[in-house]
Formats: sequence, structure tokens, C-alpha cells
Amino acid sequence: MNTNPSKLIKGATGDWEVVIGMEVHAQIISKAKLFSGASAEFGGEPNSHVSLVDAAMPGMLPVINAECVAQAVRSGLGLKARINLRSHFDRKNYFYPDLPQGYQISQYKNPIVGEGIVLVDVSPTERIEVGIERLHIEQDAGKSLHDQSATDSFVDLNRAGVGLMEIVSKPDMRSSEEAKAYVAKLRTILRYLGTCDGNMEQGSLRADVNVSVRRPGGPLGTRCEIKNVNSIRFIGQAIEAEARRQIAILEDGGSIEQETRLFDPNRGETRSMRSKEEAHDYRYFPDPDLLPLELDQAYVDELAAALPELPDAKKARFIAQYGLPAYDAGVLVADKETADYFEAAIAHESKSRDPKAVANWIMGDVAAYANSVGLSIPQTHLEPAQIAGIVDLIAEGTISGKIAKDLLLILIEEEKAGDPRVIVEARGMKQVTDLGAIEAAVDAIIAANPDKVAQARAKPSMLGWFVGQVMKGTGGKANPQAVNELLKAKLGI
Amino acid sequence: MAVDHATVRRIAHLARIKLEDAEVPHLASELNAILAFIEELAAVDIEGVEPMTSVTPMRMKERPDVVTMGNIADEIVANAPATEDHYFVVPKVVE
Repeated sequence: MNTNPSKLIKGATGDWEVVIGMEVHAQIISKAKLFSGASAEFGGEPNSHVSLVDAAMPGMLPVINAECVAQAVRSGLGLKARINLRSHFDRKNYFYPDLPQGYQISQYKNPIVGEGIVLVDVSPTERIEVGIERLHIEQDAGKSLHDQSATDSFVDLNRAGVGLMEIVSKPDMRSSEEAKAYVAKLRTILRYLGTCDGNMEQGSLRADVNVSVRRPGGPLGTRCEIKNVNSIRFIGQAIEAEARRQIAILEDGGSIEQETRLFDPNRGETRSMRSKEEAHDYRYFPDPDLLPLELDQAYVDELAAALPELPDAKKARFIAQYGLPAYDAGVLVADKETADYFEAAIAHESKSRDPKAVANWIMGDVAAYANSVGLSIPQTHLEPAQIAGIVDLIAEGTISGKIAKDLLLILIEEEKAGDPRVIVEARGMKQVTDLGAIEAAVDAIIAANPDKVAQARAKPSMLGWFVGQVMKGTGGKANPQAVNELLKAKLGI
Repeated sequence: MAVDHATVRRIAHLARIKLEDAEVPHLASELNAILAFIEELAAVDIEGVEPMTSVTPMRMKERPDVVTMGNIADEIVANAPATEDHYFVVPKVVE
């Protein structure tokens, strides 16, 4: 990969390049856990979603959940990755109170999914490819709560044994912007596939970020792993802070120690997590409780045939089918429900309407409103049919663009389920296209302002003042083009 | 590969097994004897043989994605030395 000068970080002794790889843990969407019949649902009363298998009682044996396997295969296909028809499970041994087995069942040597690729739009004009190294299936751990007591930790095993996909990227990212865009894209793909809900606040998507720095084009530096960063914004901040820390050490003549670190969002810095260091000898070995996981190509093909349209394909279709600019298409497909919302507005009552106009309303005023109330566009009460109605009324010339904004405000605040056409009718918001009515308004303004008329004849830029007065006199409903033409004719300018 | 005393202590620590110093030499010689048995396998020619992770001639059984277990928090924490509101209570383990 070539060095891009704009991504370099300026140090006291010259430029540095940051190299980033990521391990993303994505909780699998399933009803039951990976190896038991307990509920995989988030939350619940303490230890209520726990079976004797999850609590690692003696004699209990794991039996794999077929849906979790299917979800991992779907995810692999969505990442354009190789599906390994034969994989197996290993035990990763370590002790922690939220891991009752004393080991995590994972896939070390032979993961279910091999190399793949993710296309990431870093900006409207810059697309990068991030390689996927592998995707494997493993168990999630339980949760420890530390703030209930000064001396004790409380352990809840509801999450213990829920299926996870660990998705490991290649070290292909060169800036915090690229890393953030990668995680956002990965989350979008998983949500489209319905294999992970991508909810970072609830911890169903978490990232471990590997960061190192080097001189542009030089050999790779020693990396540090920042564990469990739980928002896209923090991923960016953690990378920036860690890169600066490493550069400062190297420029002082020091060297980087390979270690695990934590990001502290309050202080905006990473700190060492030394206590886990000695636990790094996981002594992996094949889990004797589980047979190899064998899949048929026909099974994989069937899952592939049933995959939904993925974001890259949808974006290309939006550009080709609706003639949208790449930027608009990219914004709309970033969230599947928003893309569906857009298409529902386009297709409402099978009338033809300008896709760009629909996109402008959704990405503009509607998005601004959704943002102001902390919802996604499809979560608001505004229906695609209402947006289609507004666009149609403008296209027909029934209302002006300015009145349309008032109309949206009425739909937002007063008549939430209202039909735009009915509201326009009932409230007399129709644009006046009747030339006679506009002419009367124009004549009235001219008659009332003889001094301004004289000024306008000497200085044609005065026209704007007359247009404003006529619009005011007609409640903003006069067709602006007709007003302009009539005024010009009557004032002789 | 001979197992020395430091390795014995390390393995015991990783497995959270408490060892008295006096037990270390004895365990080292036992482990070395076991490894010597395993060494005999090195004499077998495995050229072209795929590594085997299971000797059972069957495919792995799968479970449908149905919730069939749970809601037994009383039983889950029944053997725990300390509990509160169905949580396991353990000495503080914060980073």
C-alpha cells in the first residue's frame, strides 16, 4: 500500500505513519445461546438467562446452535470471504469470574471464515479496501459489576455463552478516519445481513484496536492493543491519543513495549492494563467436547442465494436506477431502514416523482428534524407517504418550496398523521397561480408606493423589494416567477 | 523437551494449582516421563496424513435456535459461597 502524505502525523523529528488493524467482536443475533438453550436476549434478571451448561456445572456438554453457524456463514459471505467447509473449536484457557468454564470455546487454528474484503468510503471521493483476515465463532463472557460494593464484584452470567463473531482485519488502515469508517461500514453490513444489531452502547459490537507507528515506508513498528472501545467516536480518539503517545516515546529515543491498553474517554488517553499481561498464555487446544464443524457447499450456496441486497450493491443501484449522486446514495444506504424509507417515498401510489427531490427532503429537513429529537429518520412519526405528498405538491406547482417548509412543520408539530394535500387545501396554502389575483396584488403595491416606483425605474435592483412586498401581501403563496414577470412588465424594467 | 522446575511452577500457576516447593522435583520427573511416552509417537511416519481432531465417525449434532433452558437462578447460584439478589459475589476484580 502506498503512503498517502495527507494521512501522516507531523512529529518533532519528521513525519509518522500510523498503522491500524482491528478485532471487532459482534454479538450474533439468535434466540438461544451458542452452545445452550438459554435465552441470548440482552438484559434480564440476574442469572435468569443461564442454563447449567452456561454455569459450567460438571457433566454438562455443549451442543451447537445451528442458527449461530448460519449467521456466521452469512456474515462471511457479506464480507466476500472464503467459507471454510471444515472448521473446529478450541479452548482458550484463562481464569476470570465471569468465565465459569475456566476457558472460552473459540476457534483458533481453523476458523469458519477465511480471508475477505470490505470496501470503505472514507469520504465522498476516497474509497479504500480493508482486508479481512478471518472471522471465527466464540462464546461471550458474563458481566462483572464493580460499583455495587466497595469490596466485592457482582457476577451475572446472562451474557455468558452468547454467540460472538470475532472479525479480524488486516493492518490496512492508516488514519483514525479510515478506522472509524471501517467500523461504520462493517456495522452497516452486519445490520443489513441481520447477523448483529451493531448496538455499541449495549456492547453487542465492541472493537479492540491495534495501533503502531512507523516512518513512512519504513518497517512496521511495535503495536499496542487498545481493548474494548465501545463507540466509533472513541475509536477515533483512542487511535489519535495512542499514536501521539507512541510518537512521543520514539522521538525521545525510547522504544514501544507491546502491551494491552485501555482508553479513558474522560482523560482522552490510553493507559496500560498490566494486570492481564501474565494471562497471555492461553494454551489453546481442540475442545474434546465438540466434533469438527462440517458444512456442505450446497448449504453455503443456499444461504448465499437468500442474502439481502447489501449496501454496496444498493448504492450502485440507487445511482443507476434513480440517477442519484454517489454522495446521496451513500448517505441513504448507510442505514437499511433509511434506504427502505427513501424507496417507499419514491414508490408511493406508483406515481413518478423526482428521486433527487425526495432524497433532498429526506437528507435535509427530515434528517434535521430526526436528529433534533434523537431518532433515526424511519423512527420518526413522519411517513414516506407524507414526504411523497410534499414533493408532489411542489412538483405540480400547488405550493412553493417555502410553503413546503411550513407544511413540513405542520406535519411535525400539529397534524402528525395529516395528509399534506388535505392540509394545503384546508389551510389555504395553495400557491396563487391565478395571474389575475397576482396582478391585483402587484397593482396594489405599485399604487401605494409611487416614490419606490420612481426609484426602481432608476435602479432596477429595487425589484427585489417589490417582490418581497407582493409575496407578503399574498401570504407567500404567489408564484414567485409570475410575480417577477408581472413586476418587470409594469415597472418597465 | 525436558520440563524444568520453572516450567512446572509456571504451569501450576496458570492452572491455579498451589504447589509446595517440595512437590516440584517430583512433578517435574512425572511430567518428563509422560512426555517421554508421547515422544514415541514421533517415530510414526505421518507424511500426507491430515491432523485429526476427533475419532468419532459422525457429524456434529446441532440444536435448533429455540429457548429451552433458563429461569433457574436459584439453582444456578445454589452452590456459590456468596450471593446477593441472584448475583454471584466475588472479591473485587476491577482493573
